[in-house]
Amino acid sequence: MLKIEGLTAEVEGKPILKGIDLTVPTGEVHAVMGPNGSGKSTLAYVLAGREGYAVTGGSVTWDGRDLLALEPEERAAAGLFLAFQYPVELPGVGNATFLRTALNAIRRARGEPELDAMQFLRLARERLRALSMPEEMLKRSVNVGFSGGEKKRNEILQMALLRPRLAVLDETDSGLDIDALRIVADGVNAMRGPDFTALVITHYQRLLDHIVPDRVHVLVDGRIVRSGGPELARELEREGYAALQAQAA
Amino acid sequence: MNLVTHAKGAAGFLHRFEGLRERLPGARLPWLAALRDEAAEAFRAQGFPTRRVEAWKYTDLQPVAAAGFDEPLTPVDDALDLPPARAGARAVFVDGRFRADLSSLDGLPFAAGALAQRLDALAGRLGALARPAEEPMAALNTMLFEDGLLLELPEGADGGVLELLSLATASERPAAFHPRHLIRLGRGARLTLIEAATAPEGARYLHNPVFEIELAEGARLTHGRLQEEAARAFQLATVYARVAAGATYDNFTLNAGGRLVRNEIHVALVGPRAACHMNGAQLLAGEQHADTTTALEHAAPSCTSRQTYNTVLMGRSRGVFQGRILVRQAAQKTDGYQMNRALLLSPEAEMDSKPQLEIYADDVKCSHGATVGELDPEQVFYLRSRGIPEGRARAMLVEAFLHEAVEGVTDEPLRRALDAAVAGWWARQEEGLAA
Amino acid sequence: MPAVNETIETVRSVTEGTYKWGFETEIETEFAPKGLNEDIIRFISAKKGEPEWLLEWRLRAFKAWQAMSEPRWAAVRFPPIDYQDAHYYAAPKRRPKSLDEVDPELLKTYAKLGIPLREQEWLAGVATSPDGAPRAPVAVDAVFDSVSVATTFRERLEKEGIIFCSISEAVREHPELVRKYLGSVVPPADNFYAALNSAVFTDGSFVYIPKGVRCPMELSTYFRINAKSTGQFERTLIIAEAGSYVSYLEGCTAPMRDEHQLHAAVVELVAHDEATIKYSTVQNWYPGDAEGRGGIYNFVTKRGACRGARSKISWTQVETGSAITWKYPSCILQGSDSVGEFYSVAITNNFQQADTGTKMIHLGPRTRSTIISKGISAGHGQNTYRGLVRISPKAVGARNFTQCDSLLIGDRCGAHTVPYIENRCMSAKVEHEATTSRIAEDQLFYCRSRGLSEEDAVGLIVNGFCREVLKELPMEFAVEAQKLLQISLEGSVG
Repeated sequence: MLKIEGLTAEVEGKPILKGIDLTVPTGEVHAVMGPNGSGKSTLAYVLAGREGYAVTGGSVTWDGRDLLALEPEERAAAGLFLAFQYPVELPGVGNATFLRTALNAIRRARGEPELDAMQFLRLARERLRALSMPEEMLKRSVNVGFSGGEKKRNEILQMALLRPRLAVLDETDSGLDIDALRIVADGVNAMRGPDFTALVITHYQRLLDHIVPDRVHVLVDGRIVRSGGPELARELEREGYAALQAQAA
Repeated sequence: MNLVTHAKGAAGFLHRFEGLRERLPGARLPWLAALRDEAAEAFRAQGFPTRRVEAWKYTDLQPVAAAGFDEPLTPVDDALDLPPARAGARAVFVDGRFRADLSSLDGLPFAAGALAQRLDALAGRLGALARPAEEPMAALNTMLFEDGLLLELPEGADGGVLELLSLATASERPAAFHPRHLIRLGRGARLTLIEAATAPEGARYLHNPVFEIELAEGARLTHGRLQEEAARAFQLATVYARVAAGATYDNFTLNAGGRLVRNEIHVALVGPRAACHMNGAQLLAGEQHADTTTALEHAAPSCTSRQTYNTVLMGRSRGVFQGRILVRQAAQKTDGYQMNRALLLSPEAEMDSKPQLEIYADDVKCSHGATVGELDPEQVFYLRSRGIPEGRARAMLVEAFLHEAVEGVTDEPLRRALDAAVAGWWARQEEGLAA
Repeated sequence: MPAVNETIETVRSVTEGTYKWGFETEIETEFAPKGLNEDIIRFISAKKGEPEWLLEWRLRAFKAWQAMSEPRWAAVRFPPIDYQDAHYYAAPKRRPKSLDEVDPELLKTYAKLGIPLREQEWLAGVATSPDGAPRAPVAVDAVFDSVSVATTFRERLEKEGIIFCSISEAVREHPELVRKYLGSVVPPADNFYAALNSAVFTDGSFVYIPKGVRCPMELSTYFRINAKSTGQFERTLIIAEAGSYVSYLEGCTAPMRDEHQLHAAVVELVAHDEATIKYSTVQNWYPGDAEGRGGIYNFVTKRGACRGARSKISWTQVETGSAITWKYPSCILQGSDSVGEFYSVAITNNFQQADTGTKMIHLGPRTRSTIISKGISAGHGQNTYRGLVRISPKAVGARNFTQCDSLLIGDRCGAHTVPYIENRCMSAKVEHEATTSRIAEDQLFYCRSRGLSEEDAVGLIVNGFCREVLKELPMEFAVEAQKLLQISLEGSVG
């Protein structure tokens, strides 16, 4: 279970998160929606432990463990995965090398045996097929020269390989055409199960047609101002955020 | 044999200094006398460097050392043919001496005039930036300067556009003059300085100016240098600029004239968010040799520098670009970029480039690039396939290349002056090619 | 070629922060007395049973050297070297006649370094790459202090007419070849260190590939400085006749000592018509400790002459060791359409200094050169790329492309780029690009969020940064080089 209580955080001295309370029971998928600048990406980065995103109060626990006390790689080993809104380019670093290094680092941390090159390749091919992605993707440098859609699919490929127990998807739908959106959604849905928990961060309801959340939370100006069932997303799509923003102000 | 200095040349200047020592402007000022003596020592030690000296690897001063100069004749008050003014305000120097009668500096909202008249007020300022021990031409200048332009803009002043015209007269024997220009802009002050150097065809001289430029916080100086010296002349210019926080120094140098020319610029960005743009074009033909040497020091954080130099070479000309970017440890968040391109239009031309990065801070973004080559045959073909005759096609591409160097200049009056100079040069070359 | 088997162990011990090749072999060594003079040169020449012409050649070089002074233009700083305070000859006392007679201590030493000297061990798969896979056999010339102690796979190579032996042996067995080519690319008085080497060189490798032969295996020399207060001055000469091909590798290590030791090698390559020489170096001399004590001064002259039309010389270097590196593997592109390449990775950590680069001298028409240089500075390291591209008037249609990238890790190190571009040919095209940056924070975070430790993340990103160069190394060596890069950067993060 992911439990966020009274979380406040600032970036460059500016308060962005102003007291977030949010609980995601294990096995559920929750959506966080909100207008631009409401703090959605900040929440994602704080959960993943990015430098420069300073937590000023509150707590985040994952299965009772203090997530905020961990280094980014320790969070990954604990089962957290952040799908970046803007995946980072790593020139010269082959995608396969990167994925295998990451996978083995996590397996090592969990006390599982590492995969050798052949075992890894078999696994990676299988996952690629499942996501209808070309094998050529493994040979290229991480995200370098990838289109926006390819970058997002690469994030989903990483997720499929690393098999996190808690995924945070930061605007994974932005910049995707409808086919790519379906591939991404299928990738996430395939992971769903009693052991998979996810926080889907999005601006639009569109993605939630494909990944149907158990709960929807609305983030405005650093606070959750409303929570509800999947129907809340459709309501927001119809009526926009303006009313909620006015309410929050 | 001395490997690092030309045996001839320096002795004549040192001898002249001995003779003039008591009569040079400011000779009775102890600080200035000391400064000149030190400079003389530095010049005695360095002389005219040979190519064994790294800073002069590609420019041989042998022709200058061998020339044998006289001091300029006493200025004649003859009416001189002045080129049309490029701005309302103009300071005119003839053979290195200020000519009030030819200048129009009345009514300016700031102090502008002859340096020689104000030497007593310049202790600690004159010589604050120049480094005679490192740059032998600055040593020569310090030793022998007689005059120069003194500009002081108070805080917030908008100086508009000012022209600095340097004329040399033709005389029997080659003359040498070493003007020393001191420019200081107070906080937030602005000025466009268009410096033009020219002379009647056939004049032989050495023009060896030194600029010391200080820009206070937020000041902005646009400094255009139009070097159109006479075909047999030498110009060896050294510019020192010190740029405080938030201030901007823009330098654009056009090297189009002269037999042997060096344009050496040292800029230090000493306050956060200071900026420097150094751009230039070298247009060379015949036996010309032109050298642009820049040294840019990032000494404070978050400063920006941009440099673009384009050189076109025809005939047996030789172009040199040396550009060094130094980023000190304190200068985090530096953004430095430098590009130099050269177009060889003749099989006998030569271009030598030495771009250089020296970096001691880690959070920086610095890059440089250099290309040397001829016109792209594919581009020429493309134009021809659209019906443009080859000669015209080539001319268009050269013009585009030249234009590229100038297009970064945002200051309108300077831009017009540069465009005119570039177009004039290219027209002369085309005539020459046609003939 | 760094340790193979040991690499795994080294990677495991990354946190211990030690140079794993720093052991010393207890072996009976014969020294020349300390000092440098004509008598010492005569001593070396006599020890090697050299002909008179070579002694004369050495003495002329020595005379020239005496009139020269150390070059000081490189961006490296070191106290004056007392050239009289070193042994110029040190050799194991027991000299083997065949591999079976090699001192077991020596065999052990090379085995420990991952370089089996017994061919059957290669064939039995004793040599393994870090992935545990057996490696393709490599012919090795092992140079221990001043002498070559063993050269493997000679018979197999001889079948193809290939000569691979120590240079001392070549002087005896193939004097006509040595006399023709020695000093023809790097003249004895080329520079201070080359002159010193010419006067006192003790051993090194000699390779001759006959016309049209493609060398069937990688050739390799493994240099080891072992004795105290010695310098190593090896001389390598590689000749590729028309239409031949050879890939050659060199590796080097030394014990950890507080004193600085001088390594001043000369390498000469000659490629005739349509011949290709690929020369790879993984330089892992002892770099000194974290405070800058000790380490090798690596002052090396390497130059290749592309004499023939369409010949090609390709230098690849991974420079991770040495306290100071001063080397500029160069190509003289004389033959028309000949090709020169220089791929370099140089790492400086702690107090290491490197001033390295290349010269591409374009003389022939349509000659082409490529320079890719990746410099990484960490700790207090100073890293300089210095290169010259010169296009002569006759090099019609010549091309050069240069890319120099520097990466800074920490704010006490320095990265410098000093290219010289001299073009005297209108139809030639020269392009140069250089960048300097650090590892971006978002790259590090991205890797860490996928579970990589900061150190692994840096290693991965640095390897990516160097990929264009590493891919030029023969594959198995590339894997080792990658590990070595990471080890060299150890302690530079956090």
